[in-house]
Amino acid sequence: MSEAQITVNGQPRPLAGVPVHTNALDLLRGLGLTGAKEGCAEGECGACAVLLARPDGAGTRWTPVNACLVPAAALDGQEVVTAEGLGSPGHLHPVQAELAVRGGSQCGYCTPGFVCSMAAEYYRTDRAAPAGPAAGPDPEHGPNGFDLHAIGGNLCRCTGYRPIRDAAWALGEPAPGDPLAERQSAPAPAPVATRLDGFARPADLAEALSLLAEHSDATVVAGSTDWGVEANLRGRRASYVVAVDRVPELRALSTDGPGGAVEIGAALTLSEVERGLGDAVPLLAQVWPQFASRLIRNSATVGGNLATASPIGDLAPTLLALEARLVLASADGDREVPLAEFFTGYRTTVLRPGELVRSVRVPRPLAGLTTFRKVAKRRYDDISSVAVAAAVDVVDGTVVRARIGLGGVAATPLRARRTEAVLEGRAWSAETVAAAATVLAAEGTPIDDQRASAAYRSAMLGNALRAWWEEVAR
Amino acid sequence: MSVGQPLPHESADLHVTGHALYTDDLVHRTPRVLHAHPVCSPHAHARVTGLDVTPALAVEGVVRVLTADDVPGVNDAGVKQDEPLFPEIVMFVGHAVCWVLGETLEAACLGATAVRVDYEPLPAIVSLAEAIDAESFQGGRPVIERGDVEQGLAEATHVFSGVTEMAGQEHFYLETHAALALVDEAGQVFVQSSTQHPTETQEIVAHVLGLHSHHVTVQCLRMGGGFGGKEMQPHGFAAVAALGATLTGRPVRLRLTRTQDMTMTGKRHGFHAQWRVGFDDAGRLTALEATLTSDGGWSLDLSEPVLARALCHVDNAYWIPHVRLHGRVARTHKTSQTAFRGFGGPQGMLVIEDVLGRCAPLLGIDPGDLRARNFYVEGQATPYGQVVRHPERLVAVWEQVLADGEVERRRQEIAAFNAAHRHVKRALAVTPLKFGISFNFTAFNQAGALVHVYKDGSVLINHGGTEMGQGLHTKMLQVAATSLGVPLERVRLAPTRTDKVPNTSATAASSSTDLNGGAVKDACEQVLARLREVDAGRGLPWDELVREAYFGRVQLWAAGFYRTEGIHWDSTAMQGHPFKYFAYGAAAAEVEVDGFTGSHRTRRVDIVHDVGDSLSPLVDVGQIEGGFVQGMGWLTLEDLRWDESDGAGRGRLTTQSASTYKLPSVGELPDELNVALLEHAHEDGVVHGSKAVGEPPLMLAFSVREALREAAAAFGPARVSVELASPATPEAVFWAVERSRRAAADHVLDGLPGRVPDPPDPSAPRLHPESEQVDNTAGRS
Repeated sequence: MSEAQITVNGQPRPLAGVPVHTNALDLLRGLGLTGAKEGCAEGECGACAVLLARPDGAGTRWTPVNACLVPAAALDGQEVVTAEGLGSPGHLHPVQAELAVRGGSQCGYCTPGFVCSMAAEYYRTDRAAPAGPAAGPDPEHGPNGFDLHAIGGNLCRCTGYRPIRDAAWALGEPAPGDPLAERQSAPAPAPVATRLDGFARPADLAEALSLLAEHSDATVVAGSTDWGVEANLRGRRASYVVAVDRVPELRALSTDGPGGAVEIGAALTLSEVERGLGDAVPLLAQVWPQFASRLIRNSATVGGNLATASPIGDLAPTLLALEARLVLASADGDREVPLAEFFTGYRTTVLRPGELVRSVRVPRPLAGLTTFRKVAKRRYDDISSVAVAAAVDVVDGTVVRARIGLGGVAATPLRARRTEAVLEGRAWSAETVAAAATVLAAEGTPIDDQRASAAYRSAMLGNALRAWWEEVAR
Repeated sequence: MSVGQPLPHESADLHVTGHALYTDDLVHRTPRVLHAHPVCSPHAHARVTGLDVTPALAVEGVVRVLTADDVPGVNDAGVKQDEPLFPEIVMFVGHAVCWVLGETLEAACLGATAVRVDYEPLPAIVSLAEAIDAESFQGGRPVIERGDVEQGLAEATHVFSGVTEMAGQEHFYLETHAALALVDEAGQVFVQSSTQHPTETQEIVAHVLGLHSHHVTVQCLRMGGGFGGKEMQPHGFAAVAALGATLTGRPVRLRLTRTQDMTMTGKRHGFHAQWRVGFDDAGRLTALEATLTSDGGWSLDLSEPVLARALCHVDNAYWIPHVRLHGRVARTHKTSQTAFRGFGGPQGMLVIEDVLGRCAPLLGIDPGDLRARNFYVEGQATPYGQVVRHPERLVAVWEQVLADGEVERRRQEIAAFNAAHRHVKRALAVTPLKFGISFNFTAFNQAGALVHVYKDGSVLINHGGTEMGQGLHTKMLQVAATSLGVPLERVRLAPTRTDKVPNTSATAASSSTDLNGGAVKDACEQVLARLREVDAGRGLPWDELVREAYFGRVQLWAAGFYRTEGIHWDSTAMQGHPFKYFAYGAAAAEVEVDGFTGSHRTRRVDIVHDVGDSLSPLVDVGQIEGGFVQGMGWLTLEDLRWDESDGAGRGRLTTQSASTYKLPSVGELPDELNVALLEHAHEDGVVHGSKAVGEPPLMLAFSVREALREAAAAFGPARVSVELASPATPEAVFWAVERSRRAAADHVLDGLPGRVPDPPDPSAPRLHPESEQVDNTAGRS
């Protein structure tokens, strides 16, 4: 137990004695590495971003995450790099140099976090220039392939972002011999079977299930992007934490699973699924850029996002439209539950004590026409006021199957079954869509809250179909 | 010559490497530090009938609970004796009743949960509308009047009246409030504070502790953003930390979490405005009558001077012959709203821009033409009697932004685009800016500096201003290097401390460069004058000259001082010449609106701004862009919501975290953002011919709001006045589009008498200097 340690900027640091509710940010700051800051303590501002060495095939990918959400104990055996580890005054890292010289920092408080998010993009080996002038101007990618979404989870209140964008887009390629670039070709640190006071990282599923049986009040975390917020903002404390994000049985990814289904391991991060699936499921590919931020997607997992049963998540409506099924694992074996029957109420599910989400199965064939429509106040990294995902099959001009998932309009994510019924069996036409839109606007039980009014939410439901039709018809 | 060079921020290398230290970073370098955690009221308004701290003291790690009984001096954190530090009556949800000190933050937090407070709930007013209905006002009610507004309206060809409402804004500096206090070996209370106003923090700490100012030293290393939110709000937190340190003998750290910061500290004031306006047949303004009511929250704080500045900016760039502007501060049971970049100026200006944007279609005049037609010309004076100097610069920035932005050509493209698209519309709007520079309250327009030249020729400077990211220190280094004629690297700047430069004004009102720059320059020139005598025309190299001067027993350091000349202000009459000069600018913004959702993006923005002769172009462009995007956030995105229901959560801020309160992210950055500094813009009488830049650019963002209004209008028939809520969130824009499509009438009334603004109450108090400054401490105007 006393061997638990993390490597920070190349230096081993012991984890023993660190309270289980201490997050990685507080740990780092306690070590004197005060570059990473707490700006919000809920993964919304990115001031605490640091780089983790995460597996990417046989190699390593420098992966920025919000340190405020990750339990320090979850980093046992892992490698962390902070802004201090990238460069120092007089020896700036290329990302730091570009930011400094272009006026990318004013108050400087958010800057170390931006540096880490940008460094990850700098080292991303599949970062490539856009397809050339023929692809047209792309406001979200630089001439160097830098994806602006990479800094969508970092807030700056001073600069207005223009110099930060310019710095990002001016970045070249890592120089030969760049140690962090070279580090990427070696394997990432393997997960460590951690046992600390009140914290366990099981080595496999069997161990995870037995731990859950042993500790009936255990809190299961994966990316901890939800639990971290509970701990930081609401002061919740777990009596025992079981970290399942590196359990191998929960990390399968296959486009040819049982029955030809797409199988997505519950403990895969959203970024891993995004990269692993590519365009294999077009509806999911539409969702990712609109789902939280890169920093969050680097930690948050598919299973965690579903099991937390938020009524406003973006993944659940999407998977409802795809008629996904969940594989739930327990000591009694696996069982499969349609996602539409998984949610039982506000933040409750059919998960039994001691049971884990093992994977999500998306049946094939996939619907021919799909869309994901998210309405929120902010363009990047906001929580949906309303999310609508639709999957429709049209044969000979007739809708033969329609599946619509909704978020933000009821206590749980739900299927818009009345609207589906209106669409099915009718001609795929402006008239049908108009009729369906009217019905959809009356689905769910939207409320007035700080994000949107009920009237707006209802209007957005109907307009989601109308706007989709405009795109399809065009 | 260092001045005028586009230099990066002086701390840029420290920022990017994480080496720059902020107040709370010092905790890890401070042994035996205690952590403070508040016990916050769950009620918007209640009497504290019982307070039992003993359960907290039983919590492991809790060292002490600070209550009113512990205060040796004055139990007040403000300057008007209306902000008890430990209240008997809580005035808003989140109001701290007492503070728990613990060995760890966790212990202090658990201790705070254990404190037992009994409350007797009292009726609460939580919205501006409720306050106006209940006539719940506080402080003075100033009136600016010129000519005869009734006559001006009677003579108008067109008279309109309406109501304009606008929300406030959370500062959301990335660094929340923080203080670290200790008592040093000499018995001095030393407070590190994230404060824009170290002197006032010092004064409040002193009066809470019952000490004189010379016993208390406040230092501000740098802030992770301030924006006005750390002008008055840090004092109470610093005082709590200092009180804890004096009582326990140990260092005390107080840092707010984001939710505490949002729940406990003041914000930009929301405003409500009633107005009547007259135009002649050529679209020229003949009269404006308006009553502005700000949401002051539970205490006065800076609400009076914010209101005064709002009234002084209702005219923006426009000549209005007959005017009556009347202001009130509502008292509500919410955080005490405070300074925020622009200090009421944006709210005042929004009124006239909203009036023009809504009336232009009714007059049948292009909104841009309507604006330009009403620009001030040479010889005209503002409603408060200050002649507008350099009005030709308004025309200059306006014409340049039309040309640089290729506005004429793009308007044609936009018309073609809109004709071809039913569900997406674009629009381009241009708005001007005139913003007065100086503290209205004359006394605050002074500053001091210390310049030390050491025997080895190196230079150390101190000045009274604080660094919050705005680049003040960068500019001061440049001013010193240029004044002394030495390379920049020979000059170092030390953190702001009240024992170096006393009696400073807040780093606020955009004027810190003017004031502190003047003081630094003065100190440098004193030293230089002595060195010139030593040199006697020999042209000695700097190091040699300094050395020779030392051995010649010549003083190598100096205290510099500056006060702004030629300004005066009568706050009772609301007349005078309060501003040294005006900053001018113009912006052209193009937006695209999706009619299905109301979501929008800003495609291109062109800005021409007058910063005089720029001291530091990279810093100035940064201020312009950052201010602009922050203004966009206020006007189009940031949405403060309070629970106005009668339920248990009444008065609670429902957007109290980063997940519910959204400020601009990189996705809101305009696809194209071009900033030009007006050339040949030397400003006489200001340091190196420069002009202030901190606040004005925020108000260039009205161009985005007006473009959104015009894009919403493009969904409907021509000549429809479109009412647009502020902030113009996607939902607000969606409803504007819907109204536009239906050609639903704006609530603008046509003709007299129209909606008559609430008239000034002759028996109500006016502002007077005493209302701005109580005791020896500061308020501001």
